[in-house]
Amino acid sequence: MARITAGVGCSHVPAIGVAMDTGITEQPYWQPVFKGFEFSRKWIAEKKPDVIFLVYNDHCTAFDASCIPTFALGAAAEFHPADEGFGPRPVPVVKNHQKLASHIAQSLILDEFDLTIMNEMEVDHGLTVPLSIMYGEHGPDDDWPCLVIPLAVNVVQYPAPTGNRCFQLGKAVRRAVESFPEDLNVMIFGTGGMSHQLQYKRAGLINPEFDTMFLDQLTSDPVGLSKMPHVEYLREAGSEGVEMVMWHVMRGALDDEVTEIHRHYHVPASNTAVGHIILENKTN
Amino acid sequence: MTNKDYEDIPGTFVFDADRSREGYHLNQFCISLRLQKNRDVFKVGEEAYLDKFPMTAMQRAAVLARDWNRLLELGGNIYYTSKLAANDGINFQHLAGLMTGMGVEEYRKMMLNGGRSIDGNRYKSEWENK
Repeated sequence: MARITAGVGCSHVPAIGVAMDTGITEQPYWQPVFKGFEFSRKWIAEKKPDVIFLVYNDHCTAFDASCIPTFALGAAAEFHPADEGFGPRPVPVVKNHQKLASHIAQSLILDEFDLTIMNEMEVDHGLTVPLSIMYGEHGPDDDWPCLVIPLAVNVVQYPAPTGNRCFQLGKAVRRAVESFPEDLNVMIFGTGGMSHQLQYKRAGLINPEFDTMFLDQLTSDPVGLSKMPHVEYLREAGSEGVEMVMWHVMRGALDDEVTEIHRHYHVPASNTAVGHIILENKTN
Repeated sequence: MTNKDYEDIPGTFVFDADRSREGYHLNQFCISLRLQKNRDVFKVGEEAYLDKFPMTAMQRAAVLARDWNRLLELGGNIYYTSKLAANDGINFQHLAGLMTGMGVEEYRKMMLNGGRSIDGNRYKSEWENK
């Protein structure tokens, strides 16, 4: 059967993608950001996931203000990188494991998560930057080394789904994956964060104490962490920091007991604190 | 309306359903600039292009003036207004320098030094005597 073996949390700062796409990752500003991904790239090359279930948020690219689904699952055969205002990122087309995606969609809805199903969708930096972080440079004529099932979560218009709802969804994703007969190594990514505020007079807010607490509790007290109210993210981690709720989907899909095998934290990348963690199930 | 426990955060707009409703046509205008073909038309005549979006006169004036904070006060959201900024060649960090009134260089320096501290920036009451 298919099984979820590990979870990855990581920021999706668009400037990280730009730095890779323009070949400036060795500059002093970027070097410490990318240093923390070296271990991760070796790790994922060894672990070779067949499929990544990638929880991310769209930035008004596939969904503008006219349609705001809370959870939208990508069921299309492939997803093209979108033009976000500067032309599409020069990265590969994202390919789905369509059969598993359909199975998960069906399973989640019967498990009482009322998903939106996307049979056409472009993907923005929210999805492609985490893949670039983990797999390094790949050009548009290349393939990503794995298949990807995207799950877009609304975090643009308040309220995002609660941390607890995300955590419970993660558990349902695990049940869905484990009831799929094909033998597949599936990983789950929770993306976005960490503390940052992009707007108005408090822009530039960074809260390393909050971010460290969040990373610590992912391992030590994930259930308690998932109960944190939105206002605490908004106040402590900045108005855009609330996207960290997406990490709870990842955490909910893992065992109660996990091993933290890698962590990276750096300030700044553009306006944002970069956070990254790799958690493995103890039962592997 | 539900109690908005997030309204006492200083220097921050939480883009909730009320703001989304107020800013709808403004935001839809901004996001239209994601595509090159629309940017080309906007470049040729901003006023004529704006006629296609039934936003308020105040919103329209704020667009033409590139009054970035005013756009947020009138229901704009940063992920949308940043597309207007991108159209003008202004990236997120540059835009933050403008919105905070710090200027681009000083803002960049603050970020390199670890960003804006949370201390003194949690509650509106902490900003009252600034």
